[in-house]
Formats: sequence, structure tokens, C-alpha cells
Amino acid sequence: MDIKFNEILKEKKSTISKRWLDTMIASYPKDDSGFLMSQKDRFANPVGYTFTKGLDGILEVLIKDEDSAESLQFLNDIIKVRAIQDFTPAKAMAFIFQLKTIVREELRKEIRQNQIYVELLEFESKIDDLALNAFDIYVKCREQIYELRTDELKRMTFTLLKKANLMSEIPDPDPESEPKDQN
Amino acid sequence: MAPKVKLPKPGELSKIEFKNPATDWMDTPVEFKPGTYCWGAKEKDLLTLGLPNPRQWSPADEDWKIPDGWESTIIEGIAERLSKYRSFKVFMDICVRCGACADKCHFYIATGDPKNMPVLRAELLRSVYKKYFTKSGKFLGRLAGARELNMDVLKEWWSYFFQCTECRRCSVFCPYGIDQAEVTIIGRELLNLVGLNIDWIAGPAAACYMKGNHLGLEPHAITGNIESMVDDIEDITGIRVNPTFNRKGAEIMFVTPSGDLLGEPGIQTCMGYLMLFHELGLDYTWSTYASEGGNFGFFTSNDMAKRLNYKIYAEAKRLGVKYIIGGECGHMWRVLNQYMDTWHGPADFLEVPVSPITGTVFENAKSTKMIHISEFTADLIKHKKLNLDPSRNDHLKVTYHDSCNPSRGMGLLDEPREIIKAVCNNFYEMPENTIREKTFCCGSGSGLNASENMEQRMRGGFPRANAVKYVREKHGVNMLANICAVDRAALPALMDYWNPGVGVTGVTELVGNALVMKGEKERTTNLRFEDLPGKGGNE
Amino acid sequence: MKVLFSFLAVILIILVATMGAFITNLHYVFGIIIPYLAFAMFVGGFIYRVVKWGRSPVPFRIPTTIGQQKSLPWIKQNKIENPTSAFGVVVRMAMEVLFFRSLFRNTKTELREGQNGPELAYGSAKWLWLGSLFFHWSFLIIIVRHLRFFLEPIPFAIQALESIDGILQIGLPAIYLTDVFILVAITYLFLRRIVVPQVRYISLPADFFPLFMIMSIAISGVLMRYFYKVDLVAVKQLTIGLATFQPVLPTGIGPMFFIHIFLVSTLFAYFPTSKLMHMGGIFMSPTRNMISNNRMVRHINPWNPEVKVHTYEQYEDEFRDKMKKAGIPVEKE
Repeated sequence: MDIKFNEILKEKKSTISKRWLDTMIASYPKDDSGFLMSQKDRFANPVGYTFTKGLDGILEVLIKDEDSAESLQFLNDIIKVRAIQDFTPAKAMAFIFQLKTIVREELRKEIRQNQIYVELLEFESKIDDLALNAFDIYVKCREQIYELRTDELKRMTFTLLKKANLMSEIPDPDPESEPKDQN
Repeated sequence: MAPKVKLPKPGELSKIEFKNPATDWMDTPVEFKPGTYCWGAKEKDLLTLGLPNPRQWSPADEDWKIPDGWESTIIEGIAERLSKYRSFKVFMDICVRCGACADKCHFYIATGDPKNMPVLRAELLRSVYKKYFTKSGKFLGRLAGARELNMDVLKEWWSYFFQCTECRRCSVFCPYGIDQAEVTIIGRELLNLVGLNIDWIAGPAAACYMKGNHLGLEPHAITGNIESMVDDIEDITGIRVNPTFNRKGAEIMFVTPSGDLLGEPGIQTCMGYLMLFHELGLDYTWSTYASEGGNFGFFTSNDMAKRLNYKIYAEAKRLGVKYIIGGECGHMWRVLNQYMDTWHGPADFLEVPVSPITGTVFENAKSTKMIHISEFTADLIKHKKLNLDPSRNDHLKVTYHDSCNPSRGMGLLDEPREIIKAVCNNFYEMPENTIREKTFCCGSGSGLNASENMEQRMRGGFPRANAVKYVREKHGVNMLANICAVDRAALPALMDYWNPGVGVTGVTELVGNALVMKGEKERTTNLRFEDLPGKGGNE
Repeated sequence: MKVLFSFLAVILIILVATMGAFITNLHYVFGIIIPYLAFAMFVGGFIYRVVKWGRSPVPFRIPTTIGQQKSLPWIKQNKIENPTSAFGVVVRMAMEVLFFRSLFRNTKTELREGQNGPELAYGSAKWLWLGSLFFHWSFLIIIVRHLRFFLEPIPFAIQALESIDGILQIGLPAIYLTDVFILVAITYLFLRRIVVPQVRYISLPADFFPLFMIMSIAISGVLMRYFYKVDLVAVKQLTIGLATFQPVLPTGIGPMFFIHIFLVSTLFAYFPTSKLMHMGGIFMSPTRNMISNNRMVRHINPWNPEVKVHTYEQYEDEFRDKMKKAGIPVEKE
């Protein structure tokens, strides 16, 4: 990526990061009380903490122009929270695309002055990649919610099945033979 | 029911809304979204228990089939409870809304929904109290924070009183000790007057009433399940333990939540009990009639809790035991500690518990005559009566989750820690403001550990999971120990979602693994049939 | 809106007071009748409320245990936060009432993300504790100080308290520390309700009203002492008269006094109907004032209800065959 674009981004990082977080928090219309924003303690406000740390981390990786795999963990943490919080999938993931808007608005002047539209587009493609990854994670989280229910049922009935000799006959699927999940 | 399809305008979904649609809480009606509420109580269970208004209904329906005149039923119910409970009356009157409790609730922390602030959850009921029971509310109405009771309010109560796990964390921080658990308990009693309960509570309560335990295990199923644990213990240790059932004249009756009789990792905890008692040669018996330590009646009403709790003393009396040991369970111990003796005492047919191994007299239970397994075990360990090999738990890095009720309704904090430290070499505490009396709830307590509300549970448990995550990252913690059957049922899902790779165990399971029994063969696996560190073939 | 309503209500009360102060014919009403009435309402109302609470029994012993229980001899019990003796409860209550122990709990050291990894920080909740403590203690001292108007001769303790309170000796008459503290503290408590979004959301007009009332009482008191001075000898004549139930109405007291005393009277009359009753309620709170000896001494519930139970006999009747088959002993073969 162009050095200049990156420099500008780096300069504006804290503003962008702040705005991004604000946007995220704004998706909680019920948080009339402003709790998510105000409380900074990691344990007293895990949601706010996850978002603050996660969004900042993702931005950092994006700007550093490094391997995007690093940002996946942050993304994972955030999406996990979003996936259980009453959002439609679109609402849950909107925050990623909102980064585009924020960057465009924050860097409008600089982009025009320096004519770095190409770099902006490159940057936005990275955001698109992020979004695609986010879809994967989101769907996995939602699937997991349903799996948790069946797992719980299995744990509950394990003894019964075993007693009825229904369990020991069925070998566990060999974990090695299944494609390993990278996440 | 087909969802309404409405195409969003371009940009609408990702629109940045800085302005919250801030409405006053009284003007914000409750919504019921799948995954965030429990099913309504079933007709047959309410019939079994003789509770009002049995019918088939669903919280998602517009019509909850509440009989006419329900408003006066509720108002009379409030009046009755005001005259019966000083706690309720005082808590309704003295809150100054200072907000100290607000961010102490795990549901609030994870949702940001203001009605999950304990103060506001209480205000849902307090506003109605003001309207019908105070002059200022009657005349000033909303200015005094009062409002009419109507169907929306009732639904709101149902939603939020079944979003409180009665964990009492808010009560620790309240300058007047206002306990939201107490308000929720009353709130649920009121809801039950018009037939509003949840299936996950009414079902187990009905099963417990008729069959003696929440899971509805009939006597032969109980013995059968324990027999299969006995088989497993024999496979692992080469020792066959011999539990007895409903045996008259035993010295001790043992009561544990039925969750320990079925399902993992409860059964491993139960195996721990069996091994420990066998090793000590304890003269004890199980009961199939009093086969439930927990009490889902407690989440319904005081009367229902008393009806279910009756079996424990009645059975102890019938069997002629000297005292009772209770297993690992959370709300069970709040009930046993703060309610049982008052309901069904005095237990003058029992004796003050004395450990037959160490001779320790449990003066702290001299009236109730029931002691906690952790008290019993910690005493054994202190007197070095157990031959323990903690290295068998060396593959575990353990942290300990205080269950809400034993910590804030009893104060059982150090006993389990002493045990864990004796049976494990790697023990790490979670951060100070998330343990002991400030412990965070698993998010599934007080009957909310159903599966249909999995999303809600994942939210409610997030603050707890987040603290586990911290010790996992910092110390590599991979095992979450606890002394609660609901924890053992609910935390595995919570860990799978938030902290995959962290297991869940009862403290007595850890004891069972470390316990070197007389004449046992060399163990190669733990109680879960997993290879022991350094002993396994394929490591 | 909530704030505005309470504010206007207090303004209205001040207007009424001002009217009373400037219409000499009304001085008897404002200086003697209303204070008596208000005091009667306060005492009567307070007792009524406490008795009303007291009439409801405490069916269960439900202390919130905030520390280690008493169990095995070598495990250190938290004797105050999980008390098993009356003394422990007295200490626990004293800590709550005098030092706001539970609010202080908020003041924990927190682990926050700093520039170089996690760092320790102090929680902001400490301010609520500090603000409340200053507010309540100042209020108490001010009330005690006012006893000099009702006692003759003035007891030494009150004189001593006054001189400590005025120890800075700034201005004439000397500024009382508590006057400053209470104004600062109440401003903090008010701002907190406006600024902290959580607290703003839960606040009701009934939360702002007493704040404004107390604020106006403090301000009128300060104005009377330092700016619009009143005839203290005359005031004392009146207050002693009130205290000895031989009311007299000296002339020329000065209007500010009537404003002040009307505001105080209003607060007194309002007190028992409001959340201010937390003053009495805290002593009645079962989660704090009970001995945590549940398993040692049986607690009696006066209305312990008879309930329908499922007896062992019923159970055995239903499952006898299954029990016998499983080898479980039964009562009736």
C-alpha cells in the first residue's frame, strides 16, 4: 500500500478508532444508560472492553498492512458478542462496512489533496475481506448456539444411552479424519 | 409465522445512528425474541402441582390466556406479601436510586438493557406498588414513579423476572442491602398467581414433587444410574464401591442434586462422592425419595419450595439417620441454609453432625444438622485423613467459580479452595472482583438453564466467561471447578462458546481423581476415562 | 422534564415562603403553626412508617453473606460481613450506617488496559461513596449544631462542635466547613444524576425534589448567616419558645428566617412520605441486620404455612414394585 495513505491513516488512527467504537455502541439503542461507553474496567464491562480492544486491534492490523490473519482473533471476539445480542445478521455485521464510511469521511480532504483514490480502494478491499471472514465467523457462532443445545442434551442423556448400550457401539468420529478447522 | 419482508433502503442497515431512540423505560414495551426467553409452563405440570390457571400458552402469543380479574389477583397478592415479608415492604420503600447496583448485574453488563439494572428491575414492580399502595403514587402518578398495572406491565415482569438469576450480587453493593433476588422471588410468586411460570421450572418442580427429583428419575433409575457409575469406578480403580439406598439405621443420609445422577460432568462428581465415602467406610445411605437437593420450587413460590423441601427431613426421620450431608449445589444450599430449618424444623430427631473420621463436631450446623460436602471434605484434608496424589490432576490448570448462592447466601468460600489446593497442583484465581462474594453468575441460575434461551444464557454468562478467558490467557487455565449442579449443567455450553477448550468439573470429581484408595490398581485414566498424565499409551 | 418539574415545585415552595416572610400577618402561621405541624407530621409519619414496616414479620433469616462463613475452626470467619454474633451485626450495621460500607465496596482497585499492558486503577464509584459520606455527615453536624437554638444554656459539646466546624476562622461570622461541604456534596449528587447517563435514566422527579429542597435550605441558611442577617436573639426567643411549647413571636426577626424555616418545615413534612425514609429503613433491612447463624439457631416464621406435600407413603405406593425389583427396601411388602 502507498506509504502516504498509510501515514495519513496512522495519524488519524485514534480518531477513526474512536468513531468506529462510537458507531458500534450506537447500535445498542437500549443502552440509554451509556454503560458500554463509560465503564472502562475489563471485568466490569466485558462487552465494551471486547469492542474497544477488538476494533482498535483490527484497525492496527489493517494499517500495519500485515497479515490479516492476525485480526481474525479480534474479529472473532467481537462477532461472538454480536451473535448473541438480538441483532439481525445485517445489523450484527454492519459495523465492518461502517469503517469504510468513517475512513472516507475522515480522510476526505487528504485523499483529494494527494489523489490517493487507488489506495483508498485497496484499503476498502481489505475491509471487504474482513467482512467475508466476519460472515464465516458469524454463521459459525449461530450454528454453535444450536449445537450447544444438542450437546447439552447429549450430556444429559449420556448415561441413559450408555446404559441402554446405545452409546458404546457407536464409535466417536475420528477427529483426525475430519478437516481441521483453523479458527 | 412468516416474517414480514421489507426491503431496507440503501444504506439503511449500515446507517450510523448516534441518536438513541431514547424513550423512558415506562414507555419501552418488552419484546419477545426467540432465543431470549424460556417456554411457558405446561398445563400438565401446573395441574400436578395444583397451581393456578393451567393451560397451554406461549410467551410469543399475543394472548397469554390470563383469566379476567387478574389485576385484582395480583394487587391482592402484593398486599398479602407486603404483610408477610418485611424485606419486600422495606425494599419497596427505601431505594434512593443511587445506581450503585446498576452495573453489578451480569445480564445488564452483557446486554446494556437498562431494565436489567437491578434498580430498574425492582422499579418494574415498585412502580405498581406505588400506584396502589402509596398516597404519593395514587395522586401524583407518574411524577412519583407510579404506573397502572396492565397486560404490558405483566409481560414485562415475566420477561425481566425470568431474566434475573437471583444471584444477590447487587445486594452486596447496595448501601441498604436491597436484594433484587428477594424482589424477583416475590415477583415470580405474583406471576404464578395467574399461571405465569416457565416450563424449565414448572416441569422439574412437578417431577420433583411426584418422583422426588427434578429429572423425574424413578427409584430403579436412580439405583441403575449409580450402579453404572459403580461399574465405571471399578473399571478405573479396580475397587467396587457399595452404595446403599433407603437403608434404615444408617448414620448419615446423603442428598445431592439429581443433576449429579445423570449427565456429564455431574456423574463424575457423583463418582467422586461414591469413592470418597467408600474409602472412608462411611455408614451412609442414599434416598430415592429425597433424591433431590436442589429446589426449583424456590423459583416458583415460597410455598412450592417448602413443599419440595419437605422430603429431606421427612426421609431423614423415616430412615432414622443421625445427620445429613449435602452434595455440591448452589441454590440448594441457600435453601438448606436459610430456609429449611424454618420451614420444617426443628430437626430434633437428628443429632449435631460429627465427622466419624476426624471427630470434628460441626457446631455451625447444630440446629439444621446438615453439612456441606465441602465442609466435610475440607475437614478430612486438614486432618490428613485422605491419601491424595494431586499429580493425577497435573494436566489441569484449575480455576474456581464461586456459585452465587453458597457465596452470598451462606459464605462457603474457603472450604472448596482448601480442597482444590490439596488435590491439584495448579490452581489460579480469577480477578478479585469476579470471585468470592463478588462472583459473577453462570447466567443460568434460578431455573434459567433451559436450552431454548441459549442466547440469553450466553449473554448472562459472558462476564463470568470473560474472567475465565483472562486466566486462560494468562495462566493457561483449562478447567473450571465449581460446587453447583446448575453450573455443571450450564457452564460447559458457556465455555464451549466463549472459551473453547476449558472444561468444567465438580470439586469432588477432582477429589475422586486425586484420591488414592486402599487396594486400588494403578489408574491409567481419570474418571472421564481420559488418560492420566504420564500414564497414557498414546500421549 | 423530571428535573424541571421538581425544580418548579421547589421554586413554588420558595415563593410561598417568601410571601409568608414579607406579610407580617402571616408570621405566626409561618413561624409557629407550620413548624409545629411539620414537626408533628415528621415524627408521626416517621413512627407510622417504621411501625408499618415492623408490623410485617421477617419470615426468613436472609442476610447477604459478604464473607467467609463460620464453619471449621481453622478457617477464618469474616465476623463482620458474615456475622454469627449480635456484636458482629452491630459492627456491620454501624459500618453501613456510619461509613457506608457497601458503597465503599465499589472502590476497588481495577485492572485496566494501560499503555504498557494492564495496570491498576481506582474505580470512579469511589466518588459516590465520598459524596454521600460528606453529604450525610455534614447534614448531621449541621442539625446537631442547630440544637443551640433550642437549648439554653448551650451544651458544651455543641459549642465545641461549632468551634471545630468553624475552625478555619475565615470571614465574619466564621465560615462553617459543613456549610461548604454540604453545598459541594449536594451539587455533586445533583450533577451525577444529570450527567451519568445510567443514573439519569433511573432517576425520578422524587429523586430530584429532595435534592432541590435540601439545596435551597442550605442556601437560605447560608444567606441568612452571611448576607441577609437576621436578629439572632429574636430567633432564639422564638425557637426556645417552640421547644418549650410556650411559643412567642418576637418582632423584627427578618424575612430570610421565615423562608428558611418554611423550607425546613416542608422537608420535614415531606420526609416520611418519601424515599428519605431510607434513614429509618436501613436499620430494618433483613439482609444486613440479621445474624448469619442460620444453621446454628432455628429462625421462626410466624406464619409458617401448612402446605400440601407428597409423602413417602404416597411415593412408595406408586413405585413399590419398581423399588422391590431394584432391591430397594420398602415399608409395606
